[in-house]
Amino acid sequence: MAKSIDVSDLNIYYGDFLAVEDVTIPIAAKSVTAFIGPSGCGKSTFLRSLNRMHEVIRGARVEGKVLIDGQDLYASDVDPVNVRRMIGMVFQRPNPFPTMSIYDNVLAGQKLNSKRMKKSESDDVVERSLRSAGLWAEVKDRLDRPGSGLSGGQQQRLCIARAISVEPEILLMDEPCSALDPISTSVIEDLIHELKSQYTIVIVTHNMQQAARVSDETAFFNLSGVGKPGRLIEVGRTEAIFSNPQDPATEAYIQGRFG
Amino acid sequence: MTTLTTKDSGTPGPLDVRQELYGAQLPSWAGKAVLGGGVAIGLVLYLLGTNLMLAALVVFVISLALPVWSVTVEGSRKATDRLVTVLVTSSFVLAMFPLVSILATVITNGTRVLSAEFFTFSMRNVVGEGGGIYHAIIGTLLITGGAAVISIPIGLFAAIYLVEYSEGNRLSRWIRFLVDVMTGIPSIVAGLFAYALFVLFFGEGVRLGIGGSVALSVLMIPVVVRSTEEMLKLVPNELREASYALGVPKWRTVSKVVLPTALAGIVTGITLAVARVIGETAPLLIIAGLTDSVNFNLFDGRMATLPVFTYSSVRSPGIPPEFSIDRAWGAALTLLVIVMLLNLIARLVSYFFSPKGER
Repeated sequence: MAKSIDVSDLNIYYGDFLAVEDVTIPIAAKSVTAFIGPSGCGKSTFLRSLNRMHEVIRGARVEGKVLIDGQDLYASDVDPVNVRRMIGMVFQRPNPFPTMSIYDNVLAGQKLNSKRMKKSESDDVVERSLRSAGLWAEVKDRLDRPGSGLSGGQQQRLCIARAISVEPEILLMDEPCSALDPISTSVIEDLIHELKSQYTIVIVTHNMQQAARVSDETAFFNLSGVGKPGRLIEVGRTEAIFSNPQDPATEAYIQGRFG
Repeated sequence: MTTLTTKDSGTPGPLDVRQELYGAQLPSWAGKAVLGGGVAIGLVLYLLGTNLMLAALVVFVISLALPVWSVTVEGSRKATDRLVTVLVTSSFVLAMFPLVSILATVITNGTRVLSAEFFTFSMRNVVGEGGGIYHAIIGTLLITGGAAVISIPIGLFAAIYLVEYSEGNRLSRWIRFLVDVMTGIPSIVAGLFAYALFVLFFGEGVRLGIGGSVALSVLMIPVVVRSTEEMLKLVPNELREASYALGVPKWRTVSKVVLPTALAGIVTGITLAVARVIGETAPLLIIAGLTDSVNFNLFDGRMATLPVFTYSSVRSPGIPPEFSIDRAWGAALTLLVIVMLLNLIARLVSYFFSPKGER
């Protein structure tokens, strides 16, 4: 479990529009890497390109390499569906399936793929995933209730449980706390700390304190102007980026002078 | 304006504040009084022998007194509000008029013939009194069922293509345009189309139940496509992304996430489409024809249907005409009840199948 990611010279296009330019970044296994930067700088686009989710949008394509433990995700015969089974994702807004119970939501990855499981086996997966997501105690008595009946923070943890129940190698999180209150946010941040022991985690956040709290490495993205592609400006140990940034733009951003 | 000046003078007493907050108002019974008075006068006029429509018009004119009264007391903004309220309510009553009138007429005339015999006997060898609409009920259910079997898969898959797979290409724009055109096809044209189609295989004068199904499905498919498309569009994209992110292929995402989420709306749309075509007369007159006997086979010979039965019972009632005309009302009432049941089913389905949250 938990694999490293190696991105080299990645360009991401929407049609003819170059959205993200020339990103090279190593991401270590079992670490938390935070992407920060102003809106529109391509952090989310780049994150989505790591499990080929950006391809859902028509005309999106990439040039360059994304290596997971040495295997190129964009090699011609790689099936994006298999990539996404290996690399899970948690979205900005909690999106549990409204037609499913809490139990079925956790098992959605298996159920939607019609994987046959014994009842005892699926019970185990549900309990383990919900425990890892820190939600078990709150929902164990109402697993058959609809997932949409939970609070926003609980729904987001349900989505995390759903993502980890298929045992991915890597977990991508796209601003997972931006729709949540401070208490739910801190619960999820604690969760990220615990999940780090098993998964490689990449998180996009607008909240610099959050990046400082949860991440080992921080990458700062910026764009030079409207209509220009986003670029990776600087990447390094989180303490180093926040205390001693090399690039003046990084310093200006983390001090809150723009963005 | 006066309230503004008192405010500026800086000494608003408690009475002024009250004045400013509430303003001049008609008494709370004003609306009821005007309406009640109007209805009373209208009722008296009607009982004295005035035409019903004229009496209703008098009620409407009298209720216009409310905004006029309001403009003298409350000022123009509230008067406008009252005027629009009167207009909107009158429009609603006007819209209900034909509906209630039709229901009342069909129920009073139709219940006369209802009996066990009426629902269990066909018209075979019946002259004058007696007989029933069993054959027409069977025909209507079979032909409409056949139309549903043809239209639902085609309509559903077309809508899925449009929303999930087409990505707004040229073909999808053409399909959308043609579907919109098809919605406006006169039903008689659908009947002629089905007739022309079956003539190619069976020769002139063909009458088949399945032909009726084909004609009805021409009318039904565009309704199914449009309503399903709207429902699929309502499914949030986040759910599709959530499914993709779990490594679920697109076809499973569509069949197991998108369709179940939209199921209630789709089923409602389909039921309403069925209700829309079940009362069609013209196409069935051409292609399904009419018979006095029960026919369970869609692929063999003429089939009676409720609308065609009603039409021909009124058109050529025989002598004496009363029995036939009564049976026509009975058949119309039966059709009405079937349509109401379908609508009821649609409501129940959308109630039980919609995604439930604890809101």
